[in-house]
Amino acid sequence: MKIVKVSGKNNKHRVLVYALSTCPWCRLTKQFLKDSEIEYEYVDVDFCVEEDMNKIRKHIFNLGGKLTYPVIIIDDKILINGFRREQIKEVLGL
Amino acid sequence: MRKRAESDAETYGYILNPSQKFLKALIEGLKRNEERYGYPSCPCRLASGIFEHDKDIICPCEYRDPDVEEFGACYCALYVREDREKDGIQVQQVPERRPLNKQQRAYNITVGDKTKTSTSTSTFSQESLDIKLRLHYCKQCGYVVFREDPPYTCPICKAKKMFAEIKTVTTLHGL
Ligand code: SF4
Repeated sequence: MKIVKVSGKNNKHRVLVYALSTCPWCRLTKQFLKDSEIEYEYVDVDFCVEEDMNKIRKHIFNLGGKLTYPVIIIDDKILINGFRREQIKEVLGL
Repeated sequence: MRKRAESDAETYGYILNPSQKFLKALIEGLKRNEERYGYPSCPCRLASGIFEHDKDIICPCEYRDPDVEEFGACYCALYVREDREKDGIQVQQVPERRPLNKQQRAYNITVGDKTKTSTSTSTFSQESLDIKLRLHYCKQCGYVVFREDPPYTCPICKAKKMFAEIKTVTTLHGL
């Protein structure tokens, strides 16, 4: 699975984004995190092999999420489905 | 792709997302999906690559009309209701309307060898995962479709929620 790391000044939280390469909401999410100088990692799920897709689905379901991209996972505890700017800000303390 | 979306928006009385940047990204996504799957599946949803399972999310998807009606935009916000605020990006991403059994069905399939995966989190019976094609007719204009679920808006007369299932009974006499 190709995990891309995007560095940022704010690395207080571990932020992981499951995204689709074709989805503008996912793009907005990545851009928002970058602009907010949040360090994060992302995986473009549509480029993954089936085995990794299954792992990702399991990860999302285990955290009570849905298969609605982007999926933003913070500290492997809090999951946000979709680009919800206010919710992301709140969790990250922005 | 863009022309197709434009003419479709016009037919149904919608507008395309007014943010040119956002719109461009969506059209690119649709093009990329058409290239890799052979059909322009929704850029904001993960396609299985198997036509029968992705049919409902080929753009314009089956969920567009009810989403535009309820939330003012489709799931991707490609199609927006005319009365929505001008900046499409301010439109919030709407909740996923695609039923879980359809997601389950699509994602249980491995693209390539088309076998079911063992890590299924299935909570659906096999029956609910089967594709059952039925005949439906528009009560307003009589248009008939042979699909799993009827369209929300009749493509001919544009009546909403007017489809009823045709119960077909074939009786063979005198055999
Ligand atoms: S949500 Fe919008 S862009 Fe996505 S398939 Fe449906 S109509 Fe097309």
